[in-house]
Amino acid sequence: MAKINWKAFKGIPLAVTLAWTAIFALLLHFLEKSVLAFLGTLASIVLLYYTNANNRLKMVFGAIVLVVVIPLVAGDNRYYMEVASQVGIYVAMALGLNIVVGFAGLLDMGYVAFFAAGAYAYAIFSTPQVNQFIASDFFPLSGAWFWPFLIIGLIVAAIFGILLGLPVLRVKGDYLAIVTLGFGEIIRIIFNNLDKPINITNGPQGITPIPSPELFGLKMSTPFYFYFIVLVVIAIIVLANVRFENSRLGRAWVAIREDELAAQSMGIPLLNVKLAAFAIGASFAGVVGVIFAAKQTFIDPTSFTLMESIGILLMVILGGSGSIPGVVLGASIVTILQVQLLKEFSNFLHSLQQSGVLNLPNQLDPSKFQRLVFGILLIFVALFRPNGLIPAKRKHSDLEAIKASSPGRGKLGILSRLSQSASGKQT
Amino acid sequence: MLTILPQVLVDGLTLGFMYAVVALGYTMVYGILEFINFAHGDIFMVGAFVGTEVLLITDALGALDGMNPYVALLLALVIAMILSGALGVAVERIAYRPLRGAPRLVPLISAIGVSFLLQDLVRFTEAIARNAFYLNSPTLFTDTISLGIATIPVKGLIVIVLAIVMMIALTLFINKTKWGIAMRAVAQDQSTASLMSINVNKVIMLTFLIGSSLGGATGVLFAQNYGTIDPYIGFILGIKAFTAAVLGGIGNLKGAMLGGVLLGLLESLSGAYMGPLTNGAFGAEYKDVFAFSILILVLLFKPEGLFGEAVKEKV
Repeated sequence: MAKINWKAFKGIPLAVTLAWTAIFALLLHFLEKSVLAFLGTLASIVLLYYTNANNRLKMVFGAIVLVVVIPLVAGDNRYYMEVASQVGIYVAMALGLNIVVGFAGLLDMGYVAFFAAGAYAYAIFSTPQVNQFIASDFFPLSGAWFWPFLIIGLIVAAIFGILLGLPVLRVKGDYLAIVTLGFGEIIRIIFNNLDKPINITNGPQGITPIPSPELFGLKMSTPFYFYFIVLVVIAIIVLANVRFENSRLGRAWVAIREDELAAQSMGIPLLNVKLAAFAIGASFAGVVGVIFAAKQTFIDPTSFTLMESIGILLMVILGGSGSIPGVVLGASIVTILQVQLLKEFSNFLHSLQQSGVLNLPNQLDPSKFQRLVFGILLIFVALFRPNGLIPAKRKHSDLEAIKASSPGRGKLGILSRLSQSASGKQT
Repeated sequence: MLTILPQVLVDGLTLGFMYAVVALGYTMVYGILEFINFAHGDIFMVGAFVGTEVLLITDALGALDGMNPYVALLLALVIAMILSGALGVAVERIAYRPLRGAPRLVPLISAIGVSFLLQDLVRFTEAIARNAFYLNSPTLFTDTISLGIATIPVKGLIVIVLAIVMMIALTLFINKTKWGIAMRAVAQDQSTASLMSINVNKVIMLTFLIGSSLGGATGVLFAQNYGTIDPYIGFILGIKAFTAAVLGGIGNLKGAMLGGVLLGLLESLSGAYMGPLTNGAFGAEYKDVFAFSILILVLLFKPEGLFGEAVKEKV
């Protein structure tokens, strides 16, 4: 077998990506039922990431695919938009967890608690549930309050993050994993039982009907609208991720991730920096929680189990913790696997069963194989790609270039400035 | 309210001794590899299923009725211990050993993966074999001993006695035998131990073998004590057993035993008394909240655990 020289491979030619996108978009347009065409269209984003073109062009093209092409060819299909917005919700959440796990290296296994906080905040105040403990005509709020609640959900979850973080963040490493897991379970149990003595969360029955968002009298109840809402939120979260990654705070996170003791001796206030990571990660989950509640119109504590937390963690680790494109890819793969592929496969088996080709006990339904698939994925990622599918890029200073440059000239980082000030002293 | 106290204490002790034996598995692995073997709870679960299947198959062959219940229990225990011990060693070989020296997050991820995999594999097997994912264990012991203030079921007594036997055996093994000394040496310093001609890999394998077979045996006792088992019993029990290990001071065998018993007692007491004490506002459904809150409090104020010694961080 000829060995491929990956170094020489600059990326997929732009023309191939364009052709791929066009073909699959057309296929999807004509064969609306074809799941493959839908997945192919989504995959064009991945192709684009590896395309050999400049970044601005890629970004514009990606935006066109997401904002124009996908809604145009799949927009009138409720099911596809549902899957796409579901993927978006998990992408947004995984990006939030990426700040905590990927950047700051704090293994948080109770992340879904913040998601629950946001979801319950909107759900309680927008349904008659609120009148159980506040007797006022002002409540329940209408769907127009969805937009301010995006901010309120953010603040509520951030406060939750700080309150939980204050005690929890004093412990380290594996202990942190167990403690956050414990806290996640505590929150779920509390939401599950807070129907007495005062009925706040309506316990295991859950809360319904949560109103859809309204904008200038337009009721946004179909997945089509949620797709765009989620897209905007993801854009903001990605931007925040990028900005944080390159900020002073972001570098402090990476420093404590690599070595807490060393970071502390360099003057990084450990608790504050960790709390910031916790609160920021939590606040994204809070926003997404509000959207989730509005989209599902029904929430109950079973949506916020430990399984969910581990699922989001899997997305981050699978994609590559600390790597923004990686996390987006990881979240998309896991969600599509979960909400679409396993279901499709199980429908396929059911049709076989109905035609009598195959006899399958109900327990072996592939849609119930979530844990098996997650488990195998987790082990394989740990063994073969411990840094994820798209590993985070580390910044490298080009030492050779710095050495080769004559001292004091050129703008090559701190070294040139040092030599400048040194020569300044001599004269 | 006080009349139920002896009963609550007996229940708490039964549960606590089960936590204690499972906690030993966590603490032994943590002491040597400094890593949470998340799959340990699921090995416990596999043990429960193997033991129960042994009893069910013996029953189906018609041999259980005439058999002495103690012999039947011993049979189930031995087979469950062998299989779960072998499973523990296999998991270590396949999913953990290649990751030694990797960043600390990575083996933890792999362990969570193993945990999920085992849960679904057991569910899968049971679904094919019995068309249901839970099992009802045949009851071997129905007698109770009445002490006037409390009635102690024989099955609970067996749990406590066997747990104590296992703990004593393990303590003797660790302190008196050559292999036990080797285990302590590896826990203290792997590279120095290997220079002293100790085969570190073999010692780690042995640790997993012992821990897993103890866990598997506890699984059988659990199934006997509570009657019904499903593939998800291991996860939450495992987390609580780990909590017990942390409570007592992780890496410390005595701490794990005491922590387990303490946690079992606390859980049983809070389950029984939280409702009456708060006038029904917070009932038994909050007992897990109570257990986790204790863990968090201990970690905050005495991170080395109740019986552990503080370790200075090496730079």
